[in-house]
Amino acid sequence: MKRLLAWTPFWPITVIFVALLILPPIIPRFYTYLLASILVTGLLAMSLNMVLGHGMIFQFHHGVFYGVGAYAVALIVTKTSLPAWVGFAAGPIAAAVVGLLIGWFCVRLTRLYFGMLQISLGSLLYVIVFRWYKFTGGDDGIYGIPMPSIISSSKSSYYFILIIVAICLTLLYLLLKSPFGATLEAIRDNPQRCEAVGVNVRRHQLAAIVIATFFAGIAGVLFVVLENFVHPDLLFWVLSLEIFIMCLLGGWFTFAGPLLGAAIMVALRTFVGIYTEYWTLILGVILILLIFFLPEGVMGYVTEKFGGQAYGAGGRGEQ
Amino acid sequence: MLEITDIYKSFGDFTAVDGADLTVDAGELVAVIGPNGAGKTTLFNLITGQLKPEDGKVVFMGEDITYLPPYEICRRGIARSFQIVNIFPRLSVFGNVQVAVISQQRASNRLFHPAQSIAVEETNGILESVGLLDKAWNTAGSLSHGDQRILEIAIALGNDPKLLILDEPTAGMSPEETVATMELVKRLAETRGLTILFCEHDMDVVFGIARSIMVMHQGRTLIQGKPEQVRKNDEVMKAYLGEE
Repeated sequence: MKRLLAWTPFWPITVIFVALLILPPIIPRFYTYLLASILVTGLLAMSLNMVLGHGMIFQFHHGVFYGVGAYAVALIVTKTSLPAWVGFAAGPIAAAVVGLLIGWFCVRLTRLYFGMLQISLGSLLYVIVFRWYKFTGGDDGIYGIPMPSIISSSKSSYYFILIIVAICLTLLYLLLKSPFGATLEAIRDNPQRCEAVGVNVRRHQLAAIVIATFFAGIAGVLFVVLENFVHPDLLFWVLSLEIFIMCLLGGWFTFAGPLLGAAIMVALRTFVGIYTEYWTLILGVILILLIFFLPEGVMGYVTEKFGGQAYGAGGRGEQ
Repeated sequence: MLEITDIYKSFGDFTAVDGADLTVDAGELVAVIGPNGAGKTTLFNLITGQLKPEDGKVVFMGEDITYLPPYEICRRGIARSFQIVNIFPRLSVFGNVQVAVISQQRASNRLFHPAQSIAVEETNGILESVGLLDKAWNTAGSLSHGDQRILEIAIALGNDPKLLILDEPTAGMSPEETVATMELVKRLAETRGLTILFCEHDMDVVFGIARSIMVMHQGRTLIQGKPEQVRKNDEVMKAYLGEE
């Protein structure tokens, strides 16, 4: 029981989850769409942060795996007669395979060089998707992807997304609190020392990248469920930069920070975007203020103020 | 137990280790001494794989480990501490040692088992034996310098090594702390049956506890022998002790 309690996330998360469950029938349809969009983008940012904030792996082009997941579904649904659910399974697997291939090269380099190589390899994939009209539809993308009828209405797709995201975030949480996650955080802090205590650093990082890209692939699938289209922009570096910023904005050394960062970014884009197309200007000002006043991100600030604890494999749990 | 023969390592034009030899027998406390720049730290890095030698051989328990990566060498039973504090600053003190224990138990890849219930006894046991148990939940980066040095040793113990290599464990410590730390090292060697290879500047400390002393000068081994042999050696007097 004690262990069960230790695993139970704190009550604010329960409150938020219940609110997300009961809100859609009450609020206008647009807001339901907005919430779903935040959840999908949030899952993407959380998957990036697993390697970025918890592993200090500079995964600069994480959006690629989101795009691969989305395109895998889109292509299977539109080009084959297989059921969409096969596509749903293929999305994350395809993303993880591409993650393994790109990661295999990248883990040989460190930090910035890792990031540079990843941008190059990711951009290569972007160009292929962008130009290969016959197969991917090129820069037209693929529109009107039919979804199974059970999740095709806006409400049912919302609930599908909510449930999948909730499951994924729980899995990510368990992963980060496992010996695997503890070792990943140790590598973040000091890769050299990790090698000296018997950890195969590169292999561990590669495993983390494969897991993170798998979750990015799931986010890509959910994007198709929500929007019913795919476009090469999903693999463009600008999106990767945006989710990178979400992690920093929300707090990359916290668990839920990237989700909060995603909510802030999506909300900013939507609401400030109504008044001005220069919403990125507002974002820029916010980022500058953040760097000066909340260097650990919004969530980092909150946990510091309201009872944070030292990062550690175990936490205070069972003593 | 450990046998190093005629090992070389240079950085550009500078030859840091120039054909050094070293023998460590099981159960011994072996010290490496020598003036600054003699190549002691480089020699240790060659043993534990942080650096690769140009020539020479490192044999541990009958196996050639010269060109193995650091994590493989560690898994064969050699753990080390570093001269410059080299810990996991954002993790708790407990987390620092636990990572090593988790690695030792080959549990680093377990995905869905709570880390807080793994390797707890072993970790706490180590923290208790070095006297850091009451600070287990402090962030490692916030410890005093002396405590961080002790934590260095504790992390190395997490791998339950056969051979423990300590690269100047008392660097930057006050004389009192130095004495206390070397007492700790001696006690660990006795209670855990460890073989320890270390280097140290304080001659009183070295001649007080080492069973065997190797003197390095300009990357070469001048002599390795019992403390009284080393003390009597003319070359050593000239090259090293004479300077003091």
